[in-house]
Amino acid sequence: MPCAPTAPSSTPISGWPMIELLRGVLVAPFADMAGNLTFLTEVLFGGVAAGLMYSLVALGFVLIFKASGVFNFAQGVMVLFSALTLVGLMEKGVPVPIALALTLLTMVALAFVIERVVLRPLVNQEPIILFMATIGLNFFLEGFGEMAWGANVKKLDIGIPDTSFIVRGVQVNRLELTAALTAAVLVGILAVFFQRTKIGRALRAVADDHEAALSIGIPLKTIWVIVWSVAGLVALVAGIMWGAKSGVQFSLSLIALKSLPVLILGGFTSVPGAIAGGLIIGVGEKLGEVYWGPLVGGAIENWFAYVLALAFLLVRPQGLFGEKIIERV
Amino acid sequence: MPVTAQEEEIAAPGPAGGAGREPLLRVEGISVNFGAVQALSDVSLDIHRGEIVAIIGPNGAGKTTLLNVISGFYHPQRGRIVFDGKDRTQLKPFEVAELGIARTFQNVALFKGMTVLDNIMTGRLLKMRGHFLLDALYWGPARRQELEHRAAVERIIDFLEIQAIRKTPAGRLPYGLQKRVELARALAAEPQLLLLDEPMAGMNVEEKEDMCRFVLDVHDEFGTTIALIEHDMSVVMDISDRVVALDYGRKIAEGIPDAVRTDRAVIDAYLGVAHD
Repeated sequence: MPCAPTAPSSTPISGWPMIELLRGVLVAPFADMAGNLTFLTEVLFGGVAAGLMYSLVALGFVLIFKASGVFNFAQGVMVLFSALTLVGLMEKGVPVPIALALTLLTMVALAFVIERVVLRPLVNQEPIILFMATIGLNFFLEGFGEMAWGANVKKLDIGIPDTSFIVRGVQVNRLELTAALTAAVLVGILAVFFQRTKIGRALRAVADDHEAALSIGIPLKTIWVIVWSVAGLVALVAGIMWGAKSGVQFSLSLIALKSLPVLILGGFTSVPGAIAGGLIIGVGEKLGEVYWGPLVGGAIENWFAYVLALAFLLVRPQGLFGEKIIERV
Repeated sequence: MPVTAQEEEIAAPGPAGGAGREPLLRVEGISVNFGAVQALSDVSLDIHRGEIVAIIGPNGAGKTTLLNVISGFYHPQRGRIVFDGKDRTQLKPFEVAELGIARTFQNVALFKGMTVLDNIMTGRLLKMRGHFLLDALYWGPARRQELEHRAAVERIIDFLEIQAIRKTPAGRLPYGLQKRVELARALAAEPQLLLLDEPMAGMNVEEKEDMCRFVLDVHDEFGTTIALIEHDMSVVMDISDRVVALDYGRKIAEGIPDAVRTDRAVIDAYLGVAHD
């Protein structure tokens, strides 16, 4: 019977590419990982380092969102502005510690100005109006920064060489390591501070209901200045780290876009969420790029975060650690 | 009804006993206008230590405005407010809170995303001292302090019988319970003067009775002076030592509940007057 063998064999023939694909997606990458642990460690380290940097930027958003319920569109430009100020001062020959202190002072002064000029007149307005105000702030800071310090790409040298050393066969970049450690320490301090302390609780109270917060004795203005100052500090640290890596230039303000998925993943209101979100995205996109990239011709790193964020929006819109939005009707 | 029994005990030292001494709060000739609308005109009012004062009046009479002036949300164009012997007419809300005046709102203003426990803990913010670094480390005095305040909050939770909802986000609670949590938050600040803006609005009979009991218990247990706005006349008559009636921003009557209830001007304000 000539027909008999052809019928069953047709199934495996059409099934082979499917199995091949499944093998490529589900088995081969993990085999690769297990096969070269040193390389896997390098990839993971790169992912964690990048993730902490995302967390750092995301943290700035979270702080302000927690305290005023405002999505601060200008956070990315604050990163750029602080880095520009620092580099500008250093180019003028100001010693590094003094330049750092001056930049920090500038960011605190900026917080005072923002509270006085933007937030105070808009108290109790709709969040969307405050959001629009931060877009205005975004354009102002961008223009002001360029006016004050020029628009050309600047190199930020913080004295840590962009070179690698090898620990047990794993390549470690000095700059990345420093950035990761700094980010980790800062993120850790802020997380504990805002979770556990009086100010942390006051912050959440202010974000939730301005009137009620006033009635229990929380001075709104002070809280806002504190929060925007801390957000300025976080922006400065992020600016230094990213600036040292890729130069101080306009595109620095676009890293804010990269931290949006981090926020969606972690939840807009959660400091630990910003950290977890950053790490998941940092590690996820590096692993995806290296092990799954060849399957789709690379560039996973560019869209991984956004696709993951989309998926989260569908399944868990408040993010991993965000406060669930409750509306009684 | 236990309410009436307690009322008789506390009615005695109320207006008569407090009259000779310095009042806890003295409102003198307050006027507030919003544009052309005269919300309050020349309203004066004394609240003595240990009293429960009810502020009544038809809708738009200026009751909530009066409460907002006392708690610093509005500032009067004319008049003076003296609290505990000190002039504090122009203070901001958070400064008023520091003085020991706590309040609740007509449309519950709770922190909806926070748990009941956290909501009440925020009430103690003013009682906490800040150790910036120790706080961050949650170590030593900072930890002790947090535990102390937690204990105080637990007492209030027991007192108001809301143990079961401790960990529930406030926004998820039914309305009656939200009002109770708001009262708990105000109590956590251990205020000298407690301002309640329609604490029983929108409640069913049973919830109202509970709330009445809590207000009276608070008064008995902590000796808190209470000023409350309320529409339900049976509640007002049951729990207050003294009643102040407002209409169109003016004070039209003041006195013990029975006197105000039979006051001609008050009856006219509520029922309307035949212009003959």
